[in-house]
Amino acid sequence: MALKGNLRDFSVTQLLNLINLARKTGTLTIEGPTEAAWVSFRDGKLIYAQLGNEDGTLVGILLRGGLVSARQARAIKTHASDKNDKELGLLLINAGYLVQQSILASIRQYFLDIVYKLFNWGEGFFRFDAGVLPPEGRITIRLNLENIIIEGSRRMREWEKLKDEVPNLEMALDFVERPGANIRDVNLNVEEWKVVSYVNPKNTIAQIAKANQMNDLEIRRVVYGLLHAGLVEVVRPDGMPIPARVKQFKPIDEGQRVSLVNRLIQRIRSL
Amino acid sequence: MQTVKMVVTGPFNAGKTAFIQAVSEIDVVSTERKISSEAERIKETTTVAMDFGRITVDDDLVLYLFGTPGQKRFDFMWEILSEGMLGFIVIVDSARPETFREAKSILETFRAYAPTPYVVAANKQDMPDAWDVEDLRIALRIDSKIKLLPCVAPDKESVKAILLELLYSILEEMNEK
Ligand SMILES: Nc1nc2c(ncn2[C@@H]2O[C@H](COP(=O)(O)OP(=O)(O)OP(=O)(O)O)[C@@H](O)[C@H]2O)c(=O)[nH]1
Ligand SMILES: [Mg+2]
Repeated sequence: MALKGNLRDFSVTQLLNLINLARKTGTLTIEGPTEAAWVSFRDGKLIYAQLGNEDGTLVGILLRGGLVSARQARAIKTHASDKNDKELGLLLINAGYLVQQSILASIRQYFLDIVYKLFNWGEGFFRFDAGVLPPEGRITIRLNLENIIIEGSRRMREWEKLKDEVPNLEMALDFVERPGANIRDVNLNVEEWKVVSYVNPKNTIAQIAKANQMNDLEIRRVVYGLLHAGLVEVVRPDGMPIPARVKQFKPIDEGQRVSLVNRLIQRIRSL
Repeated sequence: MQTVKMVVTGPFNAGKTAFIQAVSEIDVVSTERKISSEAERIKETTTVAMDFGRITVDDDLVLYLFGTPGQKRFDFMWEILSEGMLGFIVIVDSARPETFREAKSILETFRAYAPTPYVVAANKQDMPDAWDVEDLRIALRIDSKIKLLPCVAPDKESVKAILLELLYSILEEMNEK
């Protein structure tokens, strides 16, 4: 079924978080203010990205990354126009012209640059098409989204979003228990590690900020990244009084309550 | 005669009135009003005070379903409504992601008023743009322990199933104590 909306309401960070946690396979199309982008995933990992009319073919990417000159790019295009990217990549490697690592690094960088750009799109329609993958001959990679979400959050310029997403600094953080989520696999910087080292239901986010001498925005940015990478969750701090239990219904004894609920169940079943 | 109540809440236009209407034995009390503000005019009427549905269980037990008004300026009603409720249902319009943030904040607010059991109804699952239940769970950050159920509010069976799930949760909670 549909997974679509506007970035105003559901941000790129939230989308990547969703794709990551739900281990989705398919292509995300985003129509931004001036151009469109396509990002593909397999089992919740980034495999491919393409931006607007940019030349996203292997030659285009190599040219951009400075691995081939403009003239070489033209020559490849004329002489190897019948080859798809995978075949071309093999050809370049077998000819001893490029090594596999540098081709892959170049592709990875190209995809990442596109995705990081998306973090600053505050507006635009998005749609996720499950099962849709990039064209057959294209070279794909496999990148964990956790790292991308963290890095994307570092680069985010929209402060307003951060405020929205981490509204209450009086709440605490705790680690998420999720198979496959291991904080050690994620590339954290010093600031993020400092925050992580205080993650504990006993510490409010405000206290963590204070301990690390971080201001409101700095702490929000870090927490935002960790939250959306699915590594931590917001919890009620230990010791925070739970709101007084309002009287549920007239004080009656436990047995009577159970029988009352059972009567309700019987009645609703019979509706 | 004993009366108990459940509260049906959620953002503007989520389907609260439809939900209550589907099972109520009385016409949902008419607190609907024509919409005046342009911004909110995506439909003709909205609930301005509260919806009010009734299910008579037997000679001495009646269940009331209260719907909260969807528009923000009626927030003050919530605290009053939540007092003494058995549990509550948060209705989300699965096809309108622009309302998810508000749905989440309504959920948090109600949970703060009363730590009673609740369930979340992913409504309008019949619409082509509806988000999948499992995507909604992640989008709304709903804990895996909380029931999130597909719903088509005008369909009585769907509403019954959700009320029952809420009642089962209430029973479970009683058994834990
Ligand atoms: N297709 C479809 N439409 C629905 C469903 N539930 C409600 N609707 C429609 O959605 C619109 C809003 O439903 P209401 O029940 O008035 O919503 P509400 O939450 O009471 O709205 P307010 O009181 O104004 O906040 C109406 O046009 C309903 O007919 C559903 O499950 N599927
Ligand atoms: Mg209504």
